[in-house]
Amino acid sequence: MGYQNIFTQIQVVGPGHVVPLPPGDDERIGSGAVHNTLMGKLGNAQIGPFYLGRLGLASIVCGFIAFEIIGLNMWASVNWDPVQFVRQLFWLSLEPPGPEYGLSIPPLDKGGWWLIAGFFLTASILLWWARTYVRARRLGMGTHVAWAFASAIFLYLSLGFFRPILMGSWSEAVPFGIFPHLDWTAALSIRYGNFFYNPFHALSIVFLYGSTLLFAMHGATILAVTRYGGDREIEQIMDRGTASERAALFWRWTMGFNASMESIHRWAWWFAVLTTLTGGIGILLTGTVVDNWYLWAVDHKFAPAYPPTGTVDPLLAQGTAQ
Amino acid sequence: MTPSTLAKAGLLTGLPLLLAACEVGPKKIEQSGYRGTGMVQIAEKASLPGPYVIPDEGYRDWEPDRSPDAEKAGDFYENVQVLGDLTTDEFNRLMVAITAWVSPEGSVENGGCNYCHNPENMASDEVYTKVVARKMLQMNRAINVNWTGHVQKTGVTCYTCHRGRPVPANYWTIDPDAKVRMGITGNTFGQNNPDKMAVVYSSLPYDPFTTYLKQADPTERTIRVGGLSAYPPAGRQGASLAATEQTYGLMMHMSDSLGVNCTFCHNTHNFADWTNSSAQRAISWYGIRMVRDINENYITPLTSVFPANRLGPEGDPFKVNCTTCHAGQNKPLGGIRMIDTFPELARIPAPVLASAPAQPAG
Repeated sequence: MGYQNIFTQIQVVGPGHVVPLPPGDDERIGSGAVHNTLMGKLGNAQIGPFYLGRLGLASIVCGFIAFEIIGLNMWASVNWDPVQFVRQLFWLSLEPPGPEYGLSIPPLDKGGWWLIAGFFLTASILLWWARTYVRARRLGMGTHVAWAFASAIFLYLSLGFFRPILMGSWSEAVPFGIFPHLDWTAALSIRYGNFFYNPFHALSIVFLYGSTLLFAMHGATILAVTRYGGDREIEQIMDRGTASERAALFWRWTMGFNASMESIHRWAWWFAVLTTLTGGIGILLTGTVVDNWYLWAVDHKFAPAYPPTGTVDPLLAQGTAQ
Repeated sequence: MTPSTLAKAGLLTGLPLLLAACEVGPKKIEQSGYRGTGMVQIAEKASLPGPYVIPDEGYRDWEPDRSPDAEKAGDFYENVQVLGDLTTDEFNRLMVAITAWVSPEGSVENGGCNYCHNPENMASDEVYTKVVARKMLQMNRAINVNWTGHVQKTGVTCYTCHRGRPVPANYWTIDPDAKVRMGITGNTFGQNNPDKMAVVYSSLPYDPFTTYLKQADPTERTIRVGGLSAYPPAGRQGASLAATEQTYGLMMHMSDSLGVNCTFCHNTHNFADWTNSSAQRAISWYGIRMVRDINENYITPLTSVFPANRLGPEGDPFKVNCTTCHAGQNKPLGGIRMIDTFPELARIPAPVLASAPAQPAG
């Protein structure tokens, strides 16, 4: 009954599956494959070999530099106390420069470290993107993973690079910290009249929650028809069998419409990609094109205008004592 | 189902409840704004404060002689600089009340009259607390007369903040941690600290008091950060996110000190908008200015009067914020109006000249 479990319990152990590399590529790390029973309970039992290459190496070096700058600055902010570093970790942060610096380069302790960390983190991410692109091409695959990753990078750059440049200040960017970046998020929403009324924010949430829904529906469907060979999705795309028929029938019966074995993967890919793509657009418009999303939404008949409460701004009220 | 399955199921359903810190008791729910806007205050009935009881301080049955021809304290006693317009009877009753409010005998070390007075010479200003008390009485009257926008008709007495303690339980001083650290690393920008009650342990900038409550702020825009129009106004740089986090920190303090959430004052669809805010927001606006007035004009001038144990680490005196009076309630003391019994604290007489020789204030 192994196929009825979420995690596959059957592990086939044999010679490692190691494909030949195209000419011009580096050597892989590890000559053969390692099989790990525990990993096999989560995914494939084979671990490695690993392809690092020049892009991967450069990405890891840049990522390590960024990680160290952020971590050491956090540690310095608790006077190098290891206990406090762990205890306060979720509060600690490397903050961007103050608004007084605009887009100039501030001293190291006034946000200079943040700029350097941001540079290396961005370099690391972009190099890793290039790696996903090149590896996919080398394996003769499509580049769908790279473009999906690019969509996430677009949101990352919108938050920390594009929007701060459009606003003319690095201080608009996100701090590197767990709670601090969440407080930043809440502050961004409050400053711009509530992100709830930002339609691109709304779209991003639709695609985010939609992604989880699609993932659950697809995962459940495939697991449910595994007993008829439904787990061999690629074969089912080419040669639709009873698993595919039953899965399609199930969704037509329950909601009147079904995706196909092939299209469900496009649905999921686009939902995931559009989450960060629409989110990034919503960020780029905030403060640059729109200053108050609620008032914008009222203007566009997207939100109701509520009756006034009669409260008057005391600054405008005439004849008050103070 | 087997017992172990039942136990697992119980654990799985119970754990999220534990993690969510649910309050399961019956709630008191008050809608305070237009339907559908989430303007509501929800409180667990069991944790609501009961009616506040002010302890009997020995003045309850004392109906003072207020007749116009009664002798005035300023004429009868020496060195009465602030309360000279009270009748001696009013004056004596107020002194008894102040003792009970601020330095009650028994519960306070060196409590009773001698907390402020030299028993050999009650008129002397040699005890520093008497100099402080005089300034505080001026402040008390100024609050009740000038700041009705905040204290309304309820008013305040010494007890509103002091509650039987020489130093009110809740005060603030300049936080030395918030100063920028020297060196090239570890600048926290005065935020990101889990030990700061001022912003309710959030990672927000944790000294909003020095920023916003220390002195009158000539730039009214500093607290106001929200966009006021759909599109960015031409030629004006709006508030930065750094400024927004500062304001957010102050609002965390206000919310916590009043025991309310954001929607007590704001319609959260648009925090900045006054026309959809509750009446309490305007009252709070006056409160912020009142606190600035208190700190700048009544407490900070006493800095040189206070001994070292009444000063913060930066050498500044213990100052007031919202919690000093509110202490977790949106109406201090649950809204009890003490000022009816002490109308002399709700007036500022015209300065009486030459009635008493000015004493050097200690």
